[in-house]
Amino acid sequence: MHNDTLALITILGMALVTYITRAGGFWLMGLVTPSPRIEAWLRQIPGAVLMAIIAPTVLASSFAETLAALATALVALRTKNVLVAMLIGVGTVSLLRLVLK
Amino acid sequence: MRRANLSESQNQNKNAVSEKMTFTLSGALLGARRAIPVAISAFTVGLVFGILARQAKLSIVQALLMSSLVFAGASQFVALSLWTVVPLPVITIILTTFVVNMRHLLMGAALRPWFSRLSPSKVYTSVFFMVDESWALATSYFAAGGRDGAFLLGGGLMLFVAWVSSTVVGQTVGASIQNPARWGLDFAFTAVFIALLVGMWKGKSNFFAWAVAAIVAIAAAHWLPGKWYILLGGIAGSAVGAMTDAQ
Repeated sequence: MHNDTLALITILGMALVTYITRAGGFWLMGLVTPSPRIEAWLRQIPGAVLMAIIAPTVLASSFAETLAALATALVALRTKNVLVAMLIGVGTVSLLRLVLK
Repeated sequence: MRRANLSESQNQNKNAVSEKMTFTLSGALLGARRAIPVAISAFTVGLVFGILARQAKLSIVQALLMSSLVFAGASQFVALSLWTVVPLPVITIILTTFVVNMRHLLMGAALRPWFSRLSPSKVYTSVFFMVDESWALATSYFAAGGRDGAFLLGGGLMLFVAWVSSTVVGQTVGASIQNPARWGLDFAFTAVFIALLVGMWKGKSNFFAWAVAAIVAIAAAHWLPGKWYILLGGIAGSAVGAMTDAQ
């Protein structure tokens, strides 16, 4: 468990910067117009960040993780349900860790 | 989760005639009703967030504060994955949250033609509750001729209630899960991110961006300490994406 004060500061900081992104777009548009390239860049950020988070685990740890990632992606594609995909992914990785050991 | 499509909204904005905007309870209720299907889906994601918040050792008060004050799914999951680092990387988490949520800038910008006719207090309250799903519903409602500004707030509040309540339920349920690694729960974050990524796939404009993000992240995770690979991979990937995405 982390220091409660540090955790609270972190959450309040996250809340502040997130509100700045929500209010800032409306406010800034009164001053400037973003170029199509900047729009495209902002659109691509969430996907790229998520990919950067998972890549070392999925592609550079062990075979069990890579296979379970594939199973998760297939289930997510078919069901469009994050909860179901997560359960299948977690189940697959725990089975494969037993088998591949 | 849906992606901001500003070029489309801009075309719609050009057609937006400068007629009066209202801001009524019935507009808010309409927005809330239209948001029910996505609120159900947000509820299941919020359950997952609550369970993982528990695994990351967030107390129920901390999880509740994060979901109600930040109210932005992807960035909250990213924060949880950094929460395991000791000591807590405060600056890294706040900076990463900002970067992940920068897409809101676009969404807010796209509201300008309609919302510039509302009072600042209505605008700056409504945008606190603006998430990808409620924004997408509201812009299509405005584009179809709807002129009640409270529509966005109503949809946002519906999603807010779903998100915060499911966080609490998930965090409580998560308490009953012992020894998470044994059940493969250490993989849960990765699985959630994969599922979110599948929903973000919009075709080949993502391919090079994601490939570069993956390669840079793997290299950075290998050679650099801490969690720098997340920001480096994210910035490199999205920069490449900006080049392949722009028309």
